[in-house]
Parts: sequence; C-alpha cells; structure tokens
Amino acid sequence: MAKVTNVLLVGVGGQGTILAARILSGVLQEAGYDVKMSEVHGMSQRGGSVVTFVRYGEKVYSPLVEKGTADIILSFEKLEALRWLPYLKPDGTIVVNDLALLPAPVLLGKAEYPYNALDILREKAKELITLDASKVAAEEVGNIRTQNVVLLGALAKHMDIEEEIWQKIIRENVPPKTIEANLKAFAAGGQY
Amino acid sequence: MKLFLSGDEAIARGAYEYGATFAAAYPGTPSTEIIENLIPYKEVYAEWSTNEKVALEVGLGASLAGSRVVVAMKHVGVNVAADPLFTAAYTGVNGGLVLVSADDPTMHSSQNEQDNRNVAPFAKIPMLEPADSQEAKDLVGEGFKISEEFDTPVLMRITTRIAHGKGLVECQKRQEPPRREYKKNSPKYCMVPAFARQRRLVVEERTARLKEFSETFPYNRIEWGPKDVGIITSGISYQYAKEVFGDEVSYLKLAFTWPLPEKMIREFASKVKKIYVIEELDPYLETQIRALGIEVIGKEVIPNMFELSAEILREKILGEKVAEEEKLDVPVTPRPPVLCAGCPHRPIFHVVKKLGLTAMGDIGCYGLGVAPPLEAVDTTVCMGASIGMSHGFQKASAWLGDNKKAVGIIGDSTFFHGGMTGLADMVFNKGAGVVLVLDNRTTAMTGHQPHPGTGITAKGEATEEIKIEDVARSMGVKDVAVVDSYDLEAVEKAIRHALDFDGPSVVVFRRACALLKGQEKLPPLEIDQETCTKCHSCLRIGCPALVHHPDKSVTIDVNACTGCTVCAQVCPFDAIAKVGGEVRG
Repeated sequence: MAKVTNVLLVGVGGQGTILAARILSGVLQEAGYDVKMSEVHGMSQRGGSVVTFVRYGEKVYSPLVEKGTADIILSFEKLEALRWLPYLKPDGTIVVNDLALLPAPVLLGKAEYPYNALDILREKAKELITLDASKVAAEEVGNIRTQNVVLLGALAKHMDIEEEIWQKIIRENVPPKTIEANLKAFAAGGQY
Repeated sequence: MKLFLSGDEAIARGAYEYGATFAAAYPGTPSTEIIENLIPYKEVYAEWSTNEKVALEVGLGASLAGSRVVVAMKHVGVNVAADPLFTAAYTGVNGGLVLVSADDPTMHSSQNEQDNRNVAPFAKIPMLEPADSQEAKDLVGEGFKISEEFDTPVLMRITTRIAHGKGLVECQKRQEPPRREYKKNSPKYCMVPAFARQRRLVVEERTARLKEFSETFPYNRIEWGPKDVGIITSGISYQYAKEVFGDEVSYLKLAFTWPLPEKMIREFASKVKKIYVIEELDPYLETQIRALGIEVIGKEVIPNMFELSAEILREKILGEKVAEEEKLDVPVTPRPPVLCAGCPHRPIFHVVKKLGLTAMGDIGCYGLGVAPPLEAVDTTVCMGASIGMSHGFQKASAWLGDNKKAVGIIGDSTFFHGGMTGLADMVFNKGAGVVLVLDNRTTAMTGHQPHPGTGITAKGEATEEIKIEDVARSMGVKDVAVVDSYDLEAVEKAIRHALDFDGPSVVVFRRACALLKGQEKLPPLEIDQETCTKCHSCLRIGCPALVHHPDKSVTIDVNACTGCTVCAQVCPFDAIAKVGGEVRG
C-alpha cells in the first residue's frame, strides 16, 4: 500500500491545536495529497487533553492514527507529549513546546507534574525538537498570539513541503491584520 | 471544487447543494455543526428548536409545506424525537426529509452508547450510512430523492468519526428543485386509528419496494479482490477494514442499510470462502445476514462496545498483538476536563456540597460538577431528568415517612428542552422539590448556541426572551428567586430558603458563561502570600486559575483568572483581593 504519513497534534483544550491542524491539512491538500483529519470535541474542550490526527498520502482510509505509527508528534505542552508518546513510531520525531500547563489534579495538590518531561522524551524519541513558542512569539515576533504558527514553523522544517505553500495557506487562515506577524512567526519557528 | 470538510460540514453542504430550504435541530455533540454550517446560507431557514421532538415536528411541518428539510440530532436526541418519528413513518412526507442521527461510540461526549441503526427497522424507515465526508454530502442528495420518491422520512446515521473527521469533498453548485405543493390529505396525515391502519399497509408495501431499491442503489457496492475472505461492512468500519486488509480481500460495502439488499448479500456470500461482518457496536448487519442463513464471523471476535479501530481489527482478526506500552518512570498525570475558571456553576456546586444535599443533576457542562473536588452531583441521566427525579425522590421520601429532599440541578437550555414538563408535574402533584436552574445565558457545552431564554435566534435575530422565573411562576410555583451565581452568600441563603419552603421552589442562578463573548471583563485577583495561611480552602472550589505549588503555597494565574471573586469569598483569612485592590472576604 502507498505510504501514508501520520501526524499528531496534541495539547490542552483551548490552546489552538485545531487551527494549527486546519492549516496543516490545508497545506497538505494544496500539495496534492489525500488528507484526513480527526479530532474529538465537546466534553474534552474544557481544559482536557486534546489530540488531532492528521494523515496524508496518495489515498487515506482510516482517519485515526494507530499506536506506534506516528511519524511526527507536534505537542503544544510537555506532559501531553509524554501522554501521546506511545503513538510515536521508533524513528519518529517530536516537536514540543517547552510549556507546562498543570492539570486539575496537580493544581489541587493531588498529583505531581513530570517537570523532567523533556529528559524522558529525549531518551525515547529518535529526534526531539524543543522550543519555547510563547517566548519566541513574544520576543522574536512581538505577538504572543502567534504561538501556534511558531510551532507550525518548527513542524514544517521536518516535513517535505515547499515553504510557499505554507505561506499561502497561513495567509488564507489567519485574520488579515495578523498575516505579517504570522509569517514572521512561521519563519521564527523554522529556526528550531 | 474540493473542500476539506468534516462529515457534519459535508451534510450541511449537501443540504445546501441539493436544495434544502429548511433545517431544524437541538444542539448535541457530535451533531451540532450540521445546523451551525447551514445557518450562514441565506437560501436556508435554520433554527435551534427547543428540543429534538420539536425539531422533528417543525421539520415535518416544513416538509408538508414543500421544503426539502434536514433535521439533526445526537443519538439520544432520537429517543426524544421517537414519538413523531415513528408516526411520520406512516404519514410520509411532502418535501424530502432527512433526519441525521449522530451516534457517539465510546461516549466521548454522551451518557450512553446506543446504536441508532436499530431505529430504522424499528420505525420502518430507510437508512443511509456514509463512510466519509464525500459520501455524507452525496447521500443527503440521495436521501432527499428517496424520501420524495418513497414518501418517507430517511434516517442518515453517522458516528463521531464521520461527524468530526475531515476529508476532501468535491462540491457543486446549488440545485433548486421545484417546490412541492401542499395538498390537504387527511387519510395520509391524520393518524387516527382508521387511517393509521390503512397507512400501516402502505408502510409495508413501501418497505418491499425499498428492499428492491436497495439492490440497485449505487452506494451499495461490491469491491472484488481475492475471494478467500469477504468483508461485509458499512460506515466508518469500512475505512478501518480497508486500512487493515487493503486490496487483499473482497468487500461488500453497504451505504443503504435498511432494508438490506438481500440478493446482493447472497451473491457476495456465494462467491467468497469466509465472511467477516465488520461493524461498530451492535451486531446489526450480522443478525440480519445470519437470518438469511449465511454463515459469518462477527461479534464472536469483534467487540460490541466502544469505537472500532484498525488496531482492534489487526488484533482480533489477524492476531497481531498490539505492542505493550512502555512504562515511563514519571507520572503521566491525567488531564480531565474541568469547569472553566470563572464558571458560574462552581459557586452553586460549592454550596450544594457544603450543605450535603442529595442533588439530581442533568446534561450539560454542569456534569463536570460530578468530579472532584466539587463532587456535588448524585445522578446524571438525561435531558430534564433532574426535575422529575428530584420530585420522585422527595415524594417517595415523604410517602415512606421521612422528609428527605433532593435538589434538581438543571441548565437554562436544558430547562426549556426537557425541564418544563417535569416542573409542571411537580406543581400538579403537590411536590415540594427544589429546582436550581443554572442560567448561564447560552447552551454552553455544545459551543454557545442560543435558546428560548436568550432573546436571539439561530440566524442572529432579536426575539422574545422567555424568562425561566416567569415560566415557573406561571406554572404555579410560589417560591421563585433569581440570584447572582457569583454571590456566594446569596446563593446559600436562597438554597436554604428553598429547602425550608413547604412546596415547590425554583431558584434561578443567573450569570453568563465565562467563555461567552461580549461579557464585561472583571479584574483578576491575587493572593497576598503574607496573609495566606495555606489552609487550602480556596482549592476546594476546584478553579483551574488557582495554582498549588510544591511548597504548599497557592497563587492565582492572572491570565486564567476571570475575577469572579468566588475564591475570595471562600477564603477565611481575607487573603485574596483584586490585583492592586482592596481585600474582600
């Protein structure tokens, strides 16, 4: 069967993983691939753990990524990267935002947060890219709300798709006033 | 033109392209986006109905008036709409009527996991099951045609992965089918017993014709490959089967799944050596295929609950063991959904827990009141159940000699959906229940749809705002109060008063959902670390803006804090104040 590439976008409800997944899917469609994207919303959006599966290739059937088959995991938060780690294939890549969002049980003092998540990820993943997207967005772009696109910039470096396509789809998907900032964010993310 | 659409978006697009002029629904995951995506089309009237039963009745009326109609709901909504549905099967339609049931295997956002394919044979209406977004769009058009040609409502059954999964869809321009004229026809539309008995015969004759139609329906198709193994499947299960078996087997892929194409199934079965029926949830296809005398492998290997996946098929059919997950030597702490920072439901749950009340809950965000640390809700059953159950609990307790009260906790949209009849029952039957209505001015859980109490329609027009307290008073409730949810003292006082009142009480707690756009922004709070004794009283309200640090200190995340002040009100040491402002206790 023709190869299908699997990407997971994971994070916390409200972080904007869905917009990022929409841009990624638009890019893949523009590049001529068959694309499927699957997410679950509803109950999970209230600050819960969220995952969006994106699969692309010549022909895609199942919308779901199977465990141990993800080529890339883009994580908007450290603990979420650990949670979805079982989906990564042995030679897969993780791009992770160096951000800790504490889940309710930790806020309540009933559980611990794995602050050493990046060390564990470094051990387990063949390739690990870490960046502090909010810092990049604030300091290099000057717009904290471009964090998603900073992360997409870092992801794009590990996917074989022309930069022009990314730029075109970003233009089409962000508010007109923020196009320049988002393109800058995309380029900044690509430095990691 | 190819668009990247979810199944829900594709159904909306299909309704638009195939000339729908009318849509009605009550929001419910995973069906909500169907109507949301129809609202912007100026050619289509769309409404959020009060509940699913009303939505279907409104849709049936619109069909009689000559519209092509889509009515959408989640699986449990079909239970609510079952009454009109089972008789609409007798009356038939005028303009094409497609009822979408969005089922939720694994219960990502639902209270049960029913397989609504069973509704089709039960109600005796034809059923379509799309397997991806393209089919979801196409089958709306087919559904309208079938509905009009066979004079019947058509059930389109989708599941979460179809509804929320996106794929590429070839789109076309809108068609404008001629409006179908309404003609009075009492023997067809008045289901009094004498006429209903005549229509019962019509339904049976229609089913026989639909059975023949199913044999020729182009979306029921055989994909021949090697014939050692044949797979009979439908809906999302087809995608999982293709993912695992590719071109190594033969497929009978069904999209018209009631009535089934028996000849096609027999023909397929006669040409393959071994047959697997691959379907999610109930053995719906399997039971009917076995009844034809065909030997198949089905639920003895494939689970009858929760979502199916390619992984499950690999394990159960190919015997490929899924690799054990490597154990990490750090805690992968769960991240359950929580009530948002500033959620106006929180103070009510806090008081309900504090008073140790038995609380019958309902369906909505306030289902999260079940979770720690609030743990305030005793039951969650269905839309509106809080009121009926609290009445029953109170009545039975009184009858049996003690006088235990249970409070009913219900949201504003849910009150209109299924709460009003329960309240009338409580008043009528001399109950003394306490109904707490959490009025957050929207249908929050499903993404902020308006409802009869919001004063705005689906299309964004201003309309009459029905006030819950007025409804309660007009039903004869003598003890009615309206309280600001953020005022903890007033909340407790109102609940205590209602508990003491000899008769039914309704307390409306009014404060907009913290995520609702256009609300006044309040300044965030901070904790004075000098005054704070680390008693952790504030943590008991379970607000995600409160951060508990390893050294036991607590701070407030100013970016998350909405300034609701509920934590400040529970703090016994007046340690919490507005940033740079006065302490309030």
